[in-house]
Amino acid sequence: MTDADGGAAVGGKVDDKSVEVFLGKLLRWGVLLAALVVFVGGMWFLVESYAVEQNYRTFRGEPAELRGVPQIVHQAMALDPLGLIQFGLLLLIATPVARVLFSVLGFALEHDWMYVVLTLLVLALLVYTLTSGSGI
Amino acid sequence: MNTLEFTLVVALGSFLAGMLGSLTGLGGGVVIVPLLTLVFGVDIRYAIGASLVSVIATSSGAAAAYLREGYSNMRVGMFLEIATTVGAVCGAFLAGYLHTSIIAIVFGVVLLYSAYASTHTLADPPADMAPDRIATILRLDGSYPTSDGLKSYHVRRVPLGFGLMYVAGVLSGLLGIGSGAVKVLAMDQAMKIPFKVSTTTSNFMIGVTAAASAGIYLRRGYIDPGLAMPVMLGVLAGALVGAKILPGAKVRTLRIVFGVVIAALAIEMIFQGVRGKL
Repeated sequence: MTDADGGAAVGGKVDDKSVEVFLGKLLRWGVLLAALVVFVGGMWFLVESYAVEQNYRTFRGEPAELRGVPQIVHQAMALDPLGLIQFGLLLLIATPVARVLFSVLGFALEHDWMYVVLTLLVLALLVYTLTSGSGI
Repeated sequence: MNTLEFTLVVALGSFLAGMLGSLTGLGGGVVIVPLLTLVFGVDIRYAIGASLVSVIATSSGAAAAYLREGYSNMRVGMFLEIATTVGAVCGAFLAGYLHTSIIAIVFGVVLLYSAYASTHTLADPPADMAPDRIATILRLDGSYPTSDGLKSYHVRRVPLGFGLMYVAGVLSGLLGIGSGAVKVLAMDQAMKIPFKVSTTTSNFMIGVTAAASAGIYLRRGYIDPGLAMPVMLGVLAGALVGAKILPGAKVRTLRIVFGVVIAALAIEMIFQGVRGKL
């Protein structure tokens, strides 16, 4: 998976370094895409409600349509400015999840099944936090 | 303040935090929560939600630079990630039940430790140590490139490192920070992993841990789009600019200045927490 592993368990010599560099670029593009979506939603939000008095001193919690993954996607599709921002944030949260997913594939290519299982465990936990009913 | 003014000042503050965080290597996340709560009067739960988002942005945004160096140890990272994600879930769970004053006080104490740790650079462990049984079973040992070729290292005290990583995860989920200082403590001090390997591996882990907490905060309704927007964009832009000007910067002086700022914010957080104002 990495150069740092010293080839301990590397079977077929996949070019680890280039995979990592590719992954790094993918993550950066993911972050930039997320930032772009947040920026577009943010500008739209400001145009619509720039003069509204803000109040973050009292905690109210977000409405249901800005909490769950399907609801956020729905709001973003409906071109709601806040929904768009939240969708961009969702893309951002997905970038480390994507990296863990790629690590599963990387360990599988090395036939390192112990680490495939360990990584799947981390991935399952991440998916659970995003999808569990009550927000735990 | 109306929404436009508020968005602009928060974006500017986040930009400065992101720039200082990237220049000093401490991450901008540690100052976002005190900045939002103490300066802008934001409820600490919203502040933590927005901070988590910015932590993910800096971690994933910096991954390309870190990965190119090729020092990170993915097995160490993934094995310890089990401890940090479970910890993050527990921390985020706790955050829903603890009084905000207690969260503020814990935050201040962790900030103080980060300020202290930032002024102490740790020496690399000696290279010729005997292999550790658990580390061998888990295939955690590795090597990294130095000026005199590949240097191999043995990972030590795996259970202690794993336990400390759980604590790092709890703090991350409870406080919305990357817990970089605790992660480096676990890897450098407890597990005797060389500094260059532990910092790059820690960058990867910070993003995954924060994603676990962010998922819960999002589902709970703690992540407000109107607040997270300027924080995320500001910190990200600041981190990018910081990385650009890093080669010519007086990093040592900056670390001391940033350390003092963090310590001052920490004491204020504890003070306000004790008074029950946060």
